[in-house]
Amino acid sequence: MILGEGTEGALITELVFWTIALSTVVSAIAVVQIRDLFRASLFLIVTLLGVAGLFILLRAEFLAGVQLMIYVGAISVLIIFAILMTRDLEDGSTAHNFRIPVALVALILMGVSIYAISNTEWNIIGTETLNTDQMNQAADVFSNGIPTLAKLLLRDFVLAFEVVSVLLLSAVLGSLALVRGR
Amino acid sequence: MWGGLLSEGYVLNWIAVLVVAAVGLVAILLMFVASRLLAPRRPSEAKDSPYECGIPAAPYHWSQIQIRYYVFAIIFIIFDVEAVFLFPWALIFVESVPIVFYEMLVFIAVLFFGVIYGWRKGVLQWR
Repeated sequence: MILGEGTEGALITELVFWTIALSTVVSAIAVVQIRDLFRASLFLIVTLLGVAGLFILLRAEFLAGVQLMIYVGAISVLIIFAILMTRDLEDGSTAHNFRIPVALVALILMGVSIYAISNTEWNIIGTETLNTDQMNQAADVFSNGIPTLAKLLLRDFVLAFEVVSVLLLSAVLGSLALVRGR
Repeated sequence: MWGGLLSEGYVLNWIAVLVVAAVGLVAILLMFVASRLLAPRRPSEAKDSPYECGIPAAPYHWSQIQIRYYVFAIIFIIFDVEAVFLFPWALIFVESVPIVFYEMLVFIAVLFFGVIYGWRKGVLQWR
């Protein structure tokens, strides 16, 4: 048996996966195809929501929550604020000659990613290599993801956790200083 | 042993979320359909303006907003990130050792210093 492999609720999971995946991809295409920047940003929210759904399917509930709060809740607000500050919105972006080079770069990037993903030796942990204690640990991570993460953050990596607050503080001070200096 | 990738309880929990989301969407759709079916439609120029408040609307329908709104958006994002850290903390601080509780207070205090700084420097003032 391989960790994380399973067939429980397979059909419904499959159905939900394809629904989410399709709507994510379609709205991602809409983001780049729609001329109206404001509507494009609304479709971006749909895409980000779809990614949150994929995180839930991957059993990463905390990541899904982070995705929802930070990307859907905050980054999209920032993007919409930026759009509200632009002029000549409905004309879309001005014409440029970068279409073909950009498409080429995107294709190359996609090819490299696919190559990297398919050629990486993924270390899939089989249960036969684990002892009972490790199995219980893995089961705990799978069933109690967020409390496990919290214990790691607040017990084992406290210093890193507190440094995050200093990082965020510097971001606050930096943005405030930028606004004051105007 | 732990019942596959998605255990039954997990799937059921998220199906509940899915059902609530579907009900919400259907409710919105129903409201739009109902207002289309039930409301009388006698359009006039004033009614068609995007924001009808008695004063003639500006000739353009899209106007730039002030850049100072952006400060509040940025501050909002930072406290949004802080809130993300509050969730895992909230799940464990009751049953953990007391120090875990104070760790988060330190975290919040450090961030709150930023707000006090901005306040003292008058950045939050609307000028």
